[in-house]
Amino acid sequence: MGVLKISRELITRMISHALDEYPLEACGLLGGDAELAKEVYPARNDAASARVYTLNPLDHLKADRAAEATGHEIIGVYHSHTHSEAYPSQTDVAQAPDPSWHYVLVSLKRTQPVVRSYRIVAGTIVEEDVVEL
Amino acid sequence: MAVEIRIPTVLRPAVAGQSVVKAEGGTIGELLGSLAREYPAIAGQVIGSDGAMHRFVNIYLNDDDVRYLGKLDTKVAEGDVVSILPAVAGGSD
Repeated sequence: MGVLKISRELITRMISHALDEYPLEACGLLGGDAELAKEVYPARNDAASARVYTLNPLDHLKADRAAEATGHEIIGVYHSHTHSEAYPSQTDVAQAPDPSWHYVLVSLKRTQPVVRSYRIVAGTIVEEDVVEL
Repeated sequence: MAVEIRIPTVLRPAVAGQSVVKAEGGTIGELLGSLAREYPAIAGQVIGSDGAMHRFVNIYLNDDDVRYLGKLDTKVAEGDVVSILPAVAGGSD
């Protein structure tokens, strides 16, 4: 089973971004090294939708460069589900671009936001532990 | 003329694990053709069977998306950096 190690501060930033964009879905990238997240990069959702997201490619490029400048790389993506559980949808699975990435879901369905992380490899979803540092 | 191409993690296995490769060509299409000749495994992952850019990748010439320039005919010059990025999308549907 995989693991995502991430600080409470970075988790809080993802939740804040999700709340800021509500009722639209928010999305962004995680920078770091393998299982250790060192930074989050909020991105624009070009779909501007409450049900889908398309991560702005220029924001992706900038995040990629910023991660590289600090000796890291993009290790995953996060996005919010505003009205459903923190579990990858069929759309998420079908469009998951990289089997080495962490797929973090921030669900705003309940009063308290829920953050979970998954690996998606060849269409199979496996939840991983989110370990707070 | 050799131009630097940045490769995303998902495509690195196709280019012997490298994050940056150099390829020859005067346009994006020529660069990708040269890249595919050297690393055949990457061929179908960037250019579709119809010869056009795969819709699941975004290709940047420096800071510009080549879809809004000349697509595969976009000219490149010495010192340019080409970045291949996976399209990232999903949603709750």
